[in-house]
Amino acid sequence: MIKFQDISKKYGEKEVLKQISSSIPKGKITSLIGPNGAGKSTLLSIISRLLKQDEGNVTLMDRDISSIKNNEIAKQLSILKQSNNLDLKLTVKDLVSFGRFPYSKGRLTEADWEQVNRALDFSELKELENDYLDELSGGQRQRAFLSMIIAQDTEYVLLDEPLNNLDMKHSVKVMKTLRRLVDELGKTVIIVIHEINFAAQYSDHILAMKDGKIKYNEATNDVIECEKLKDIFGIEFDIIEKENKKICNYFNL
Amino acid sequence: MKENRKQQITYIILVSSILLLSLISLFTGVKEIAFSDILDMSDDQLLVFSISRFPRTAALILTGAGLSIAGFIMQQLTQNKFVSPTTAGSLEAAKLGILFSLLLIPTASTTNKMFFALLFTFAASLLFMLMVRRIRFRSTVFVPLIGIMFGGILNSIATFFAYKNNFLQNIQGWLMGDFSSVLQGQYETIYFILPVVIISYLYADQFTIAGMGESFAKNLGLSYLAIVNLGLFAVSLTVSVTIVTVGAIPFLGLIVPNIVSLTFGDNLRKTLPYTALIGAIFLLICDILGRILIFPFEIPIGLMVGIIGGILFFLLILKRNK
Repeated sequence: MIKFQDISKKYGEKEVLKQISSSIPKGKITSLIGPNGAGKSTLLSIISRLLKQDEGNVTLMDRDISSIKNNEIAKQLSILKQSNNLDLKLTVKDLVSFGRFPYSKGRLTEADWEQVNRALDFSELKELENDYLDELSGGQRQRAFLSMIIAQDTEYVLLDEPLNNLDMKHSVKVMKTLRRLVDELGKTVIIVIHEINFAAQYSDHILAMKDGKIKYNEATNDVIECEKLKDIFGIEFDIIEKENKKICNYFNL
Repeated sequence: MKENRKQQITYIILVSSILLLSLISLFTGVKEIAFSDILDMSDDQLLVFSISRFPRTAALILTGAGLSIAGFIMQQLTQNKFVSPTTAGSLEAAKLGILFSLLLIPTASTTNKMFFALLFTFAASLLFMLMVRRIRFRSTVFVPLIGIMFGGILNSIATFFAYKNNFLQNIQGWLMGDFSSVLQGQYETIYFILPVVIISYLYADQFTIAGMGESFAKNLGLSYLAIVNLGLFAVSLTVSVTIVTVGAIPFLGLIVPNIVSLTFGDNLRKTLPYTALIGAIFLLICDILGRILIFPFEIPIGLMVGIIGGILFFLLILKRNK
């Protein structure tokens, strides 16, 4: 279980997170939503020890995350940010095999390779495994990074805007893969996401932020309501319900 | 399987080229030593062989391999294909280091000089990394430009102190790569490149992962700063050692890693042997040609590396764009 308490973070004079506390439910997809500058990515970075908070503490399975060794955390929690170097000429398989680094330190065993192949199969990248990353499309590349995270085989999977710059087909593919990660492998997924409809369709839980504070922290269908969304994003929403899934129209109201 | 076979064949070709070129290098020179004399050398020939020919060939192989690997590591760590010891101020820092060693210890030995050069190069690399990480405008061309400017500043500091202390004429020569002065008893520091090669191989995966960015490395449980520092230390050691023993060889650390990267990719664990072998082959060829073309004189190695490397690089880019 990931818990965080009284987290504050300032960038210079600007307070990005204001004493926020909560926990992330296990075995679910939790979407972090909110307008630009709400502090979603900062919160994700702090939870995943990439960024140091000014105040407060994060606990991973009841242990303070700052007291756990980096390599130990890497076996429990994985984080994928957008800022990866994309110029490197690595094959998809090379990249995915790096996911086993916390376990094997680069000397992959038979079992590690099995895990790598399973991850490639899981993300349907088997036929691209010998292609270089810089020759892939943005969507394929994003799936390759996701595949690496799957090979890392961690209880918690954190993703910062995984759908950034992807077309619809690849966005759906990525979200379906995440769904299967939770439903079939029992992982816990936390994503920062901008498109509200992807959050509404695929996530179990929503943590909505605004101005460095948590506004709503509830099951998906309870957050996807006209009044609440208007409160978060400051624009009008029209919600259509179909087969117990909600779709938001906010495009031209 | 097919991949493995291809790999084996490439290795066989590269290793046999090194052996062949080493033989040519050993038997090229003003003093005539024919290959057929090898079992029955006169004392004279033996002396030339052990004092000059062998050290020269060994230095060529080590320098070629070392500088190429250093270039590759630098390019990975800065995430920029145009960064190399030539374009990051490393050469100038080493020069400054040698100058200070001479100012402080007038009778400085080669080891003294190397130590000072290492200190300065390492400090300069740390500073350069700091600058690269602070730059918001991270365009590919901008980073090496900063490096060149940084080198220019270091160079002017060196010139200032050299001028003040009447060393000016002296320091001009240090940055001129020259293998003809490599002699037994003076070149042995070059063997420091061997441990660097071993370190690079042991940490190859770590360097590649660090090259993917800080958050990427941290996610995999790696201590990013420790790896960057180790890489910079390895690079600094290689650069200092070569500058002190043979002088600067410009562009080598830029051309060879890029050629290897274009043909074999960027997974350092796989490409490190290629980088080392091709670097050595490349430098051997340049040196042998430089010795033969205007025999009995020599064309400076830096010039040969620049010309041949430039042409090769150009061809590769053209081929890639097709």
